[in-house]
Amino acid sequence: MSVIEIKNLTKKFEVEGNTVVALENINLSIEKGDVYGIIGMSGAGKSTLVRSVNYLEKPTEGSVLIDGVNLSSLREKELRKMRSQIGMIFQGFNLLEQRNVLGNICFPLELVGTSKKDAKARARELLGLVKLEDKEKAYPSQLSGGQKQRVAIARALATKPRILLCDEATSALDPQTTTAILKLLKEINETLGITIVIITHQMSVVTEICGKVAIIDGGKLVESGSVEEIFAAPRSDAAKELISGKDIRYTPVKQLETQKTVRIVFRNNSAYEPVLANAVLKLGKPINILKADTQNIGGKAVGEMLLGLPGDDKAAGEIIEYFKESGLTVTEGIINE
Amino acid sequence: MNEQIVNMLIEGIGDTLYMTLGSVIIGYALGLPLGIVLYVTGKNGLKPNRYVYRVGDFFCNIVRSIPFLILLILLIPFTRLVVGKSYGSTATIVPLVICAAPYIARVVETALNEVDTGVIEAAKAMGASNLQIVLKVLLVEARTSLISGFTITTGILLGYSAMSGTVGGGGLGDIAVRYGYHRWETGIMIVTVLLLIVIFQIIQMTGTKISIGLDRRKRKGN
Repeated sequence: MSVIEIKNLTKKFEVEGNTVVALENINLSIEKGDVYGIIGMSGAGKSTLVRSVNYLEKPTEGSVLIDGVNLSSLREKELRKMRSQIGMIFQGFNLLEQRNVLGNICFPLELVGTSKKDAKARARELLGLVKLEDKEKAYPSQLSGGQKQRVAIARALATKPRILLCDEATSALDPQTTTAILKLLKEINETLGITIVIITHQMSVVTEICGKVAIIDGGKLVESGSVEEIFAAPRSDAAKELISGKDIRYTPVKQLETQKTVRIVFRNNSAYEPVLANAVLKLGKPINILKADTQNIGGKAVGEMLLGLPGDDKAAGEIIEYFKESGLTVTEGIINE
Repeated sequence: MNEQIVNMLIEGIGDTLYMTLGSVIIGYALGLPLGIVLYVTGKNGLKPNRYVYRVGDFFCNIVRSIPFLILLILLIPFTRLVVGKSYGSTATIVPLVICAAPYIARVVETALNEVDTGVIEAAKAMGASNLQIVLKVLLVEARTSLISGFTITTGILLGYSAMSGTVGGGGLGDIAVRYGYHRWETGIMIVTVLLLIVIFQIIQMTGTKISIGLDRRKRKGN
């Protein structure tokens, strides 16, 4: 049984008399222990989707099942109890500014009626986990962004949830801090077995820690599967855009109008053969390297290249054919600004 | 200045403080819940309810648009009904409360509106009930603004309590009107005004100090 199961979910908003469809017929299953990325451009509907998981947004149609329990079947009180078992962290941290670090972590425990003494003991335990033992008396205004997010993570874990939802949790942080927070999330996933759902617009976040990913575009789920597969062979335009987006380490290259752009991905043994050089020698056609990079995806090194092929379709076709025979994954129609 | 006048002034200070604090306390007992209701039922509140909000909103606007002196006279029959007479310090508390409650409700609503909606969303995500959000998040996070609002309200009520002197309200305002205005004793009037200024300063300074002292947002460094 999936920990989170979203079935035919549609969410509509009424905005000044007009109906706006934020999410349309989303189906998604997230298994226990997954680190699941939900990625999309801003306005794609991913935040609405994650808010449906704990019913902060109630779906217009369809259902959300947590461990098989349909959230729409719960009464208000039961729903609140369910929410206390789903941790959530945010882009803006959302800490209580008038409470110190310890008070913030104790807050969700107070809500469920844990005694002050037990709450404090649990909070100190969590401060150890997020490595902020020396900050228990500090107030949020005295902390850096990364420290605030650590407190938020500790707070989200206080009630021992089974699921942790992360809504753009690293978007307000610098790259180093982002890496550290992602590492912490990974650790939490591995040591505590908590299922983590990560909402982001950054492909780098997904490739760094997610095992599976769903791509949301214009309120629809356009592609989902293992990160490795989608990174290697994106099918949807949104996936291609996210992978080749400016947000990742691509440097835009001004290209000749006659050029055809393709993206190739090296995996496994293809990385050891000089495929590109062989193609040039064998076919006698020029290939322009527009961009090249390697990424660590789930512990495997994956190389990717953006190539400019001759504008003539026949020549380009031969080259693409050759790449495919050599075991490379080729994606055509990549947008390269 | 003879002893009689000094005693009268001391009594006046006592009456003024009695009216001001009495009306502030009863005013908050009515205005704070009303302000919370306005926030909760407001457009972006915890439980938006257009009808409840509109009634509360309308009531606040109506009462606040009546000048205090007129309200004071308008309410004379009501005051008689409540405290049995229409003059003196206790009687003045009635119109002061009626005038203050909607004002306080607005001050409270504004302070609560300043609380970051993200924090409220986080509390909801943790499974907090609306009552828990009001008591443990809103009132605590907004406490600095709430205390500033309390201070401002107290200052205004101090001024209004003095105004009630024109219709026999008691306190320093009453002394200023009786001696300064009706008997042309400028000296006593000046003394009462100075006393009012001193009381006002003390209220404002104490309020500001408490409000800043309780704010955990701006203290940098350990």
